[in-house]
Amino acid sequence: MSDSPQRAPRTTSPVGRRVFLGLAALGAVGVAVGGQVQNFLSNAVGSGFGGALPFGDRFRIYSLTNTYPKISHSAFRLEVSGLVERPMTLTFDDLRAMPATTLTKTFQCVTGWKVPDVEWRGVQLSHILETVGVKPGGDYITFESYDGADRETLTIAQAHLPDVIVAYEMLGAPITRDHGGPVRLYVAPMFGYKSLKWLSAIRVVTELDPGFWEQNGYPVNAWVDGSTGNTNPRFGLD
Amino acid sequence: MSTALDTTSATMRVLRFDRVQRAAHWVNALLFAVLIATAIPLYFGSFFGVVLARHPVEQLHLWVGIALPLPIIVSLVGPWGRQMRADVKRFNLWTREEIAWMRSAGRRPLVAEKFNPGQKLNAIFIAASILIMLVTGSMLKWFRFFSVSLREGATFVHDSLAAVIVVVIIGHLFMALTHRESLGSIFKGTVSEKWAGTYAPAWLSELRGRSEETTP
Repeated sequence: MSDSPQRAPRTTSPVGRRVFLGLAALGAVGVAVGGQVQNFLSNAVGSGFGGALPFGDRFRIYSLTNTYPKISHSAFRLEVSGLVERPMTLTFDDLRAMPATTLTKTFQCVTGWKVPDVEWRGVQLSHILETVGVKPGGDYITFESYDGADRETLTIAQAHLPDVIVAYEMLGAPITRDHGGPVRLYVAPMFGYKSLKWLSAIRVVTELDPGFWEQNGYPVNAWVDGSTGNTNPRFGLD
Repeated sequence: MSTALDTTSATMRVLRFDRVQRAAHWVNALLFAVLIATAIPLYFGSFFGVVLARHPVEQLHLWVGIALPLPIIVSLVGPWGRQMRADVKRFNLWTREEIAWMRSAGRRPLVAEKFNPGQKLNAIFIAASILIMLVTGSMLKWFRFFSVSLREGATFVHDSLAAVIVVVIIGHLFMALTHRESLGSIFKGTVSEKWAGTYAPAWLSELRGRSEETTP
């Protein structure tokens, strides 16, 4: 306000508004192309070095509990039970003795970070289900974790997909404790939260039992490509 | 009615920030502090596998983030927001001299108004950051409405801008701690006329002009 009598009126321009709108536009452009920028950078540097970038492709480790469960390979047991013909308790060596599958895929988090070319090795869930024999009425599977806090759910059809495995190796080495070792679920076609860490039990059940993330608004059908288009967390499973 | 320039006072102090502005500043600062304090374990903890009770920290970050625009909005609306609105106008309107000063990176001499161009940029940057962080944060919270590619972009912007904000706040704190009288005005509201004559001479003469009009 130049209402002061001793000063000549000054010409002003709304620079503040322009800078504000410019920054907001920059933010919008960042949202639109940020994903591609990140891909370009990690390709340019090489995916192996992607983790060295400040905002590069790195795993972000989430846990629901205050400590990561600590389970040795020898103490590990995987209970397979519920509506099955032959309930079993599998050891780490039992899993390793089963036919192995290797998958190399992008690990995609629902919140928008990803890690390309992650190699997983483990047993197809379908093989385990065939071994125990699913009884009629066993339409869903509940997965339990050694953390005692999280659960996950798949339909019996989803559980038979070839790229759904019970994994015991990641990037050519035993799965570390922070990544859910010794054994975790790896559901390749779905967002990361479906790949339950510290897997302790596989139960065949009649009804859907949503886990922590599903109860907090994340969809049960978490297809990365969004193929079902279903956003209802409880119904419309295929 | 009291005027911004209290000519009867022996100490000759002028009001730089009124009560509403001071309150808005400190609530805003507190919210930023909580957001940064919760962001650090959420961000670095997830990279380095530091174990924490993630969910409560996440919820705190979320709700404080949603509340972030409130102190500024509340201080702008209503009859109590008069000086805040006047100062926002000051942030917006730049003279040719100020633009030239900014272009010369502060080397040209400038008869500063209430706020110099650097201070104006700081305020505008923080306002724009609040908007951008709120939008990108909301995209990550209510992700269902956005494609995976947009979520990646929102994560990218939220993370990168967070780093820039921390740098700007460190700069803001550095300037505050090296300019004690300026810092004092965000606690007490006033600065001495001597200070105003040195750091905001155009503002001081503006106040003098106004008080000549109002006090015969």
